[in-house]
Amino acid sequence: MAHAYTPGLKVTEKTLLSKRRILPLKGEVVVKVGDKVSPDDIVAKTELPGNVEPMNVANILGVPPEDVEECMTKKIGEEVEQGEVIAKSKSFFGLFTSTCKAKIGGKIENISSVTGQVLLRGEPIPVTVKAYLKGEVTEVIPQEGVVVTTWGSFAQGIFGIGGETHGELKVVSPDSRTILNDSDINDDLKDKIIVGGSLVTADALKKAISVGVRGIVVGGFNDKDLRDFLGYDLGVAITGNEEKGITLVVTEGFGEINMAEHTYNLLKSKEGQLACIHGATQIRAGVIRPEVVIPLEGDVHAKDEKVAVASKGLEVGSPVRVIRHPYFGVIGEVTDLPSPLQKLESESMARVLEVELEGGKKAIIPRANVELLEE
Amino acid sequence: MEGMKPEDIKVILATDCGSTTTKAILIEQRDGEYRLIVRGEAPTTVEAPFEDVTMGVLNAIAEVEELSGRKLLDEEHRIIAPAKDKVGTDIYISTSSAGGGLQMMVAGVVRSMTAESAERAALGAGAIVMDVIASNDKRLPHQQIERIRHLRPDMILLSGGIDGGTTTHVVELAELISAADPRPRLGSGYNLPVIYAGNSEARPAIKETLENKVALDIVDNLRPVLERENLLPAREKIHDLFMEHVMAQAPGYGRLMSWTDAPIMPTPGAVGLIIKTIAELEDIEVVGVDIGGATTDVFSVFQETFNRTVSANLGMSYSVSNVFAETGVPNVMRWVPFDMDERDLRNRVKNKMIRPTTIPQSLKELVFEQAIAKEALRLAFIQHKNFATVLKGVQQQRTIADAFDQQVGGQTLVNMMDLNMLIGSGGVLSHAPRRQQAAMMLIDAFMPEGVTRLAVDSIFMMPQLGVLSTLHEKAATEVFNKDCLIHLGTCVAPAGEIKGSGQVLEYRIEMPGGGVEEGSINAMEMKLIKLGIDEKTNLPVKAKASLTPAKNLDLGAGKGHKVTTDVSGGVVGVVLDGRGRPYAPADDKKVRVENLKTWMAELDIYDKSALEEL
Repeated sequence: MAHAYTPGLKVTEKTLLSKRRILPLKGEVVVKVGDKVSPDDIVAKTELPGNVEPMNVANILGVPPEDVEECMTKKIGEEVEQGEVIAKSKSFFGLFTSTCKAKIGGKIENISSVTGQVLLRGEPIPVTVKAYLKGEVTEVIPQEGVVVTTWGSFAQGIFGIGGETHGELKVVSPDSRTILNDSDINDDLKDKIIVGGSLVTADALKKAISVGVRGIVVGGFNDKDLRDFLGYDLGVAITGNEEKGITLVVTEGFGEINMAEHTYNLLKSKEGQLACIHGATQIRAGVIRPEVVIPLEGDVHAKDEKVAVASKGLEVGSPVRVIRHPYFGVIGEVTDLPSPLQKLESESMARVLEVELEGGKKAIIPRANVELLEE
Repeated sequence: MEGMKPEDIKVILATDCGSTTTKAILIEQRDGEYRLIVRGEAPTTVEAPFEDVTMGVLNAIAEVEELSGRKLLDEEHRIIAPAKDKVGTDIYISTSSAGGGLQMMVAGVVRSMTAESAERAALGAGAIVMDVIASNDKRLPHQQIERIRHLRPDMILLSGGIDGGTTTHVVELAELISAADPRPRLGSGYNLPVIYAGNSEARPAIKETLENKVALDIVDNLRPVLERENLLPAREKIHDLFMEHVMAQAPGYGRLMSWTDAPIMPTPGAVGLIIKTIAELEDIEVVGVDIGGATTDVFSVFQETFNRTVSANLGMSYSVSNVFAETGVPNVMRWVPFDMDERDLRNRVKNKMIRPTTIPQSLKELVFEQAIAKEALRLAFIQHKNFATVLKGVQQQRTIADAFDQQVGGQTLVNMMDLNMLIGSGGVLSHAPRRQQAAMMLIDAFMPEGVTRLAVDSIFMMPQLGVLSTLHEKAATEVFNKDCLIHLGTCVAPAGEIKGSGQVLEYRIEMPGGGVEEGSINAMEMKLIKLGIDEKTNLPVKAKASLTPAKNLDLGAGKGHKVTTDVSGGVVGVVLDGRGRPYAPADDKKVRVENLKTWMAELDIYDKSALEEL
């Protein structure tokens, strides 16, 4: 059962990071292997097929579906402009003419003799993918996108809001235990990625948006404020597409929780450097966690020694973080991993471990309620 | 197991890959009967960083090895077969709902008719229905196209029109699908499977419209005439395609499929099989519920009609926050006998959502989690009742007696008074530290009326037994009766509104030992009468009961009429519930909390002194 543990969030000083930057459907890659890229550089582009507008020409002209084809003045594949006549019919010995005009500009995609329906395909919608990181293109996947690689400091968050952004890193809270208040936010923080301590208040978040802060990295956030901020109660943890004018990366969880010292110190040591962050979170089907990347100089073809050391799982001596009440947020070290099931206060029988918490106190905690601190 | 006779099968290994945990069970034939030996579990590994479902399967099997002493895996982590002494297994089977299970979109011409039949077929096969597109769903065609494009389902089921009826509408739907050019959810290297199960006369036009854009399969019309559904061919095709297309794309499943002796079945499809079997074998009306981390499935058999619904966003971990959002704080707190600060409570719910695999360590967390479970179950059951209806759009034969009845068809099949048995499954019910808690969750959430047997799946192995029943019915039935089902007892609840505080029920129960339990309960009172399980047969002890409700209340024989029936015992016993139906909690918070504490003490739900301290 040594395998059964919750992998923790990664927080590491230096690692080799590769990000796949892929188009939603095939298109054109505009960079090549070896190119140095910045976060805002476009690396691939394509056009999404335009919206489709079905028009029931048979009904509009008052003809049977099988006659639609011969009434069409435009054929499949032809371009049309909005309002242009695409079909007409003559009735009553040719005295009256009915016409059908295109609802949108685009191309005739299909003419059906069964339903009398004509499909118009609108103008294509351009889509681009940016590099997101400052780094080097290390792989091109033809027609799909690229892999951008960089050395960087890396910190995963547990939950976030908003998409990809980047800016200069600025640590605002004096330590990992301090709340980030609105009084801490000033105009100098425009375009920056700022770091707070145990919590960001709703007022601080509002003020940050108003002065143009690009992102906030913080230990905790209150759910009540999240609801007010989003305007709805988040039911399922799938985020990243919110357009709120800011990206939020929460490193520990909901409520006031000190940012892990290790994370805070790492961010503090990188103050003034470029940070690339995203808030996208998905806890089901293909887990995505929000993240902070601080790109560092280095040869992207060198080997990352750390990757070779696979995570060993829970062991006596492993550093862990408790992720559920009553010790929620506390960090400690595993001192025992008893094999038999044990009875908890809730009377549930569960596999447990003994943890020495900061300050020397020992506690018995279900294995399911800790996560490994990973570097 | 190829070439093996059923009677030669002595050892069976089965896994269920859920969205959170992978569960493995080991069944062995001992002294001529099949019994569950041990069970192991491990986190599911379909997501990053592992992205290989077989790792979780191997971890769960490794735990089974550790606990049973049977060696099941060789040095290269392959399952050893066949079994010999304390090594290997004769059969290995698996179900799966990991990676989001089977996600489908269905389309039909009329929302309440063919589209609903298509939805029923997809749900019955174990799918999550992402959306139902119908010609009359009030969306404009371009909105429907946008939706199809955006959803990326695993497959689409298209139906519409009775055989020989009009073809135009269903072909129009096919044109929408074709225009949307939908992409499958997993991978882009193959075409999206589309099953056509509509008007047979439209087949050539459907082929012409769709064949070049999607992987089209054609099966018999699922609504050949208005009065009858024919869902089986569509359901079977869904299962085939689930294996061929969906499972084969999910990380690690290719390998898992090569290990199993029977096709991997979607978990809910397998649970449905078992529920149907019980209803048929015992000739009873059954409701089964499986509450998972992400979704809650409700199954029912009423009037020999099987129905299943999936409430995609009602669950206890990934979706816990959604349960909370849908029902609201007051509805959760009405089951909690102590105060909690709303801010704290909201944060706790969200923390469970972002760390879905954690379990309640303290009593307070457990009480709170079970309160949310009651709401998740209640909401899922409301959805089920609205869906499990008689066929809509069918002319009903009416007599003069029906002339004043305003119902116009489409009424629910779910009749709580006729319900004989309620079976609960899923972590929060199966793993409740006390079985009384499971009984209370089922009663509070479903509010059964009259006399209803209650049971839970002991360790959540209905999915594995469902798929096993297709391969070895004897083993599946034996393990189901002896090891899977935990009989909790019976709930006796007079239906009707409670007015005042007087007596609501008089009871006389002739105990099997010769004694008699008799008395009465008053309004808003609950009482537990101990009636257990026969240790030899592992089946519930039965007792003859005479039950007389108050004159405005009903136990199934009409208002005020006495009911004489057998009541079944169980690990909990017979629960007499005098709270009336529908149940209305006291408006005064103090009275409500006092009531909860009294019931919890009477039914021994939680440790009384610990509860007082909260």
